[in-house]
This record gives sequence, C-alpha cells and structure tokens, in this order.
Amino acid sequence: MSKENLTDKSGINTEDMILNMGPQHPSTHGVLRLKIHTDGEVVSKIEPIIGYLHRCFEKHSENLPYEQVVPFTDRCDYLSSMHMSHGYSIAVEKLLDIELPERVEYIRVIVSELQRIASHAFFIGVFGLDVGAITPFTWVFRDRERIVDLFETLTGARLLYNYVWPGGVSHDLPDKFVSRTLEFLDYFEPQLIEIDELLTTNKIFIERTADIGVLDKDVAINYGVTGPSLRASGIEFDLRKNEPYSVYDKLDFDVPVGKGEMGTVGDCWDRYIVRFLEIKESIKILRQCFKLIPKGDVHAALPKKVRPRKGSVYSRFESSRGELGYYIISDGKNVPTRVKMRSPAFSNLSALAQVSEGWMISDVITILGSLDIVLGEIDR
Amino acid sequence: MPEKTLIDSIKSIDDSIAYDDETKIFSIGEVDKWFEIATEIKNLNFDYLMCITSIDLENDQLALAYNLHSTETKKSIEFNLVFPKDAQIPSIESLWKTADWHEREAYDMMGIKFVNHPDMKRILLPHDWEGHPLRKNYVVADYYHGMYIPKDKTEWE
Amino acid sequence: MAEITLRGKFNKDNFVVEKLDNLINWARAGSPWYFQFGLACCAIEMMAASAPRHDLERFGVFPRATPRQADVMIVAGTVTIKMAERVKRLYEQMSDPKYVISMGSCANSGGPYWQHGYHVLKGVDLVVPVDVYVPGCPPRPEALIQGILELQRHIKTESTFGRNKNA
Repeated sequence: MSKENLTDKSGINTEDMILNMGPQHPSTHGVLRLKIHTDGEVVSKIEPIIGYLHRCFEKHSENLPYEQVVPFTDRCDYLSSMHMSHGYSIAVEKLLDIELPERVEYIRVIVSELQRIASHAFFIGVFGLDVGAITPFTWVFRDRERIVDLFETLTGARLLYNYVWPGGVSHDLPDKFVSRTLEFLDYFEPQLIEIDELLTTNKIFIERTADIGVLDKDVAINYGVTGPSLRASGIEFDLRKNEPYSVYDKLDFDVPVGKGEMGTVGDCWDRYIVRFLEIKESIKILRQCFKLIPKGDVHAALPKKVRPRKGSVYSRFESSRGELGYYIISDGKNVPTRVKMRSPAFSNLSALAQVSEGWMISDVITILGSLDIVLGEIDR
Repeated sequence: MPEKTLIDSIKSIDDSIAYDDETKIFSIGEVDKWFEIATEIKNLNFDYLMCITSIDLENDQLALAYNLHSTETKKSIEFNLVFPKDAQIPSIESLWKTADWHEREAYDMMGIKFVNHPDMKRILLPHDWEGHPLRKNYVVADYYHGMYIPKDKTEWE
Repeated sequence: MAEITLRGKFNKDNFVVEKLDNLINWARAGSPWYFQFGLACCAIEMMAASAPRHDLERFGVFPRATPRQADVMIVAGTVTIKMAERVKRLYEQMSDPKYVISMGSCANSGGPYWQHGYHVLKGVDLVVPVDVYVPGCPPRPEALIQGILELQRHIKTESTFGRNKNA
C-alpha cells in the first residue's frame, strides 16, 4: 500500500471535512487535540493543538530552591521520571563544579536503565493496544509491576520517585536490591521472546506498521526529532555514545539503528523494533554495572546549600524519548533565575504534521503511537 | 566547545558578531541581520537546532538563546540576542523547522514578537489569555471565563 | 448471618422479598463502568489498576471510551483551565445516574501546583460535583480500589422510589 493510490480519482467534486480528535480520546496518549482535514478517509492536513496539560513548571522553578524543583521535574514526563531528575541534576552539577563519587554514578546508571526498560516496555504494550492487540498490554503490565516493585523497595514510591538529587542520590541501595534485580532480569529475558513472537513477526502487525509513516533522515533532523524515532530513520545518534556523561564511557553496548527489514527505513515498524532492541541493550548494561559497582558513601558530595556560581549552562541527556535538554541560568542565589526544559517529545510531535500527510485516519493513530509522546513533557 | 577555526569562521560572517571566551557564547549587536547570519551558520553544517530559550533580563530588555549542533562534526554553539521589549525578531522557521513551535512558545510565554512566521499564535495557553506568564512582573487575572483563580491558600486554611 | 446473603435466603425458601430500591442499587453498584478520563500521571495508576495485578474487573468495573455508556467519571490528573470547559461538557454528556471520583491531589485541590500555577484549576470540584475524593500523588491502585468500594457503599444508600429522593 503506498500513498499515491489512496486519493480519489473518480472526478466527483468533494469538500474537505474537518474532524476533531478531541482532547479526550482513548487513542491519543494524553490530552492532545488533533484537527484533521480529511478528503474522505485520506488525511490532507493535521494541526496538533497542545496546552491542555500546561502546569507552569517553568514558573514554579523560578520561585523554589534548586533541590525543591526535583519533584516537579519528575511530574513532567511521568513515565521516565528518573531520567528527568537525572538530567536536571547533571545540569545543576555543571554549575556547582563538584566531583561525584563513583558509586553514585553507577547507582544513577542502574536506575536510569531500569527506567528505560520500564518505559520502552510500556510503549510496546500501548502501541500494541493502538494497533489492536490487547494481550501484549496485559503481559507487559504484569512485568512492569515487577520493575515498579523494585523501585518501591528502593525509593518508597511507585511512579514519581524524587530520588536523584543534585549532588548525589537520596539514599543508598537497600540490602537485597542487587540480587532481586538480577533475579528479575533472568525472569524477564524469556518473556521478551514471548512478546517478540506475539508482535514482531505477526502478519497483521506488519501490515499495519511496515511502510507506514516514513520519516526521512533530513526531515527528521530539520524538525529536531531525536531518540529512538531518529535512530529508526538510519542515523546513529545516541548521546550516551557521542558525548558520554556519567560512567557510560566505561560500559560496552550497541546502539540499534533502523534498517528497514520489513519495509522502508524509518517506518513505524522500525520505530518499534529499535525500542525493542534497546531493552536488550539496557539489560546488558545493567549486568555490567552490577559487576563493576564499587563500595562507597553516597552522601559525600551532597551540598548542604545548593548555591551555584553565576552563569548559564545547557546540558543534554538521553532520555527514553530523545534528547532532554536543560538550559539553566543562575544568578548566584539559591533560587534559579530561569530553567528551560527542552523536551524531546515537543519536537517529535511537531514532525507529525509532515509525516502523516496522505495516509488514512487509522494510520494517523499508528504513527502517533509510534512517536511515543507523553503530554506532560510537551506541555510542561 | 568551539575550536579556534570555527570561532573565526563564524565571526567572519558579520562584523557585529562578538564571542565571549569565558562563557563561550556568541552574541549579535543588531537583531535585524539575524536571518542572514543564521543562513550562513546553516551553510557551515549546523543542521540541528536544539533549543530556543526566552529570557527576561530585568532592565526592560529581553533575550533569546539559540543552541545549535552539527551532526557531522559533533560541535555545539550558542548564540545570544539581547533586545528591547518591543523589538521584532526575524523568524528562522524556514531554515530549521524546529523553530516553528519553539518560537510560538517564546511568544506565548514571554511576548517576543517574530516576523515572517507562518502561524504565530499561542501554543500552550488558551488563545484569549491575557498577559505573558514568564515575565517577572506578571500578575495573573482573577477570573477567566467565570472560573475563579485563587492566588493563595487562604480559602482552604 | 446466612439469612442476609441472597444465597442464604434462597436456601430457606425459593423466593426472596426485597425492596425495589435495594434491587436497583445492587445492580447499579455491581457494575460501575468508568469513563476513562486520564489526564496526567494518575492515568498510569488508573491503567495499572485495571492491569493483571490489581484487577479492577473483578469488581465489575470496566473502562468505556465514550461518556454516553459510562456511569462513573474518574478524573485522574491535573485539570487545567484550558481543559476545564471540556470536563464540564463531558460530564453533561453522561446520562443519569452519574458519579464522579476525583483521583489524585491535583484533581482534589490543585496538588503540588497550587502556589504558582496560574493555569491549573485548583480542584475539579469547581466545575463538576464530586462524590468521592481519593488522595495521593499518585494514589496507589489499592487506594483507587478503596475509592470505588466507597462509591459502591454510597450507591447502595440511594433511594429512587422511596420518600427521600436523593438523586
């Protein structure tokens, strides 16, 4: 199925219809409104309207001390909250100019990779639900509950952790955390094979996703798309390899890139398989971290008062959706002057209008699902 | 961190470009020439616009910070523009499509006006909202469409 | 004690005498289908409550996508001022009898955004009448289950035909 033979050639005069996929809709991932101009079933123009979850994060961060901003960063992208606070802590530490103990860095990497597995697994479940498959959703949630249990023994909360602080982490790993995580990884790897058999080579899934919504690499970079959606278009761009932060330069892992195995390079199937393979890479990283983690004190570098020097910094971080950037301006006080969060899903969503022109309405839902957006991060 | 040759080649685009060695930020004197300077920067292989930040400097001036990156040479640079409150900035949406939504957000939150933008309207707040929230002297209105916006917690406590 | 349950009553004689109100309340409370109105982080906990571990379907609760077929609206997440008009419109599209559960601190009273949130509605009860408040940020799925059981208890005290009509 290609785009060209979807338009109506019978020569009858028809009008464009404006369809409103409103803020409340079971298939949009959150409160997103899409104004779709359609010619029959074929989409001619899409206008996303956002702002229904604008919670004034930047105004809050101008009135609260640095360490009290961390819970607000968690709530922006609630599916990868460890990444949001990790990125913010790295940005503040660049202004504080402190050196972190190695144990803290390893704990942060362990927690980030576990969060990445949870976020990508959630994507697989919800993407299957968008396309019509309900079983992977239930299986993924059963496995995600085990990751959430691990986080609950570590931080006490299930979804919004407030764990990674500027200068360290809030407390050390509890007693049996390492053995329980290794047990979970041993249990999870065969489950991935089962989900693979259900979805990846399924003929209906391939018909729904291969060759649909192709994103060219030049268009992707021009729109600022990053993360797995960019890697699916064939470009190897991963901040953990290009500009390594924390201890990623000591770890050995590959970066999966879309190759167009089932269709063209950069279609929805590629965006799905890149995230699926990234789960396997994260499991590899976790096993290495558990062998290399040293003993030490996690509170050694935590400052009593966070009062950075004057200046501005833009620090980049690889979250599960793409490049998360924080631009922080500080005046030397204990309250930031300006915090701007460059969220990856904001730029990913702006490419939706170009990618989905000429496809049918049900394909729009597949393309939107494959971009993996979270509205809390877009609207901040 | 830009190297010497890169700094020189950017500075040679126009005379008004200044480079600060300590903060490693480029800045421009006049904002009217920003579109031509940005076109030259794109020709130098900076194909990825990472972020546009709007800043409120308190002395009646606003600022914009542009962060750019090159995927080939893996270098990042930052440009700062400082201008009075009612200046009009040329939009660079035709060069990098990322700027489309980022400039709409800068207008919505800070009130910076852009010229030559295809669709300049509010993006995050409702279209009939009054005021620009991220300004330091912003005071929120009491009512919006009949809904009361409380300012503090005295209603509950 | 065996006389109170239906099975106990059937064991004695083969018929049961009961008020019509109780029968209707038992039917309504046994299957409160909810309208999934997940806005923010609490939506994830709402989905986790319907997931295999904390199964909500054993209480008769099932998500429906359209307000016309739902009994309960669970407002999960922050309600912003831009969204508030749509909340009211969707509430009015539900048919009677309808109930509202406000889940999470953001929907109860504005949550962590009460102080500097110029665009956050400080509590969804400023636009729709709320029956049950579930606190937490986000509340655990067990807390949501307790909220639904509380709603079931509230439904069982209603009276459609009796003298005190509390709709």
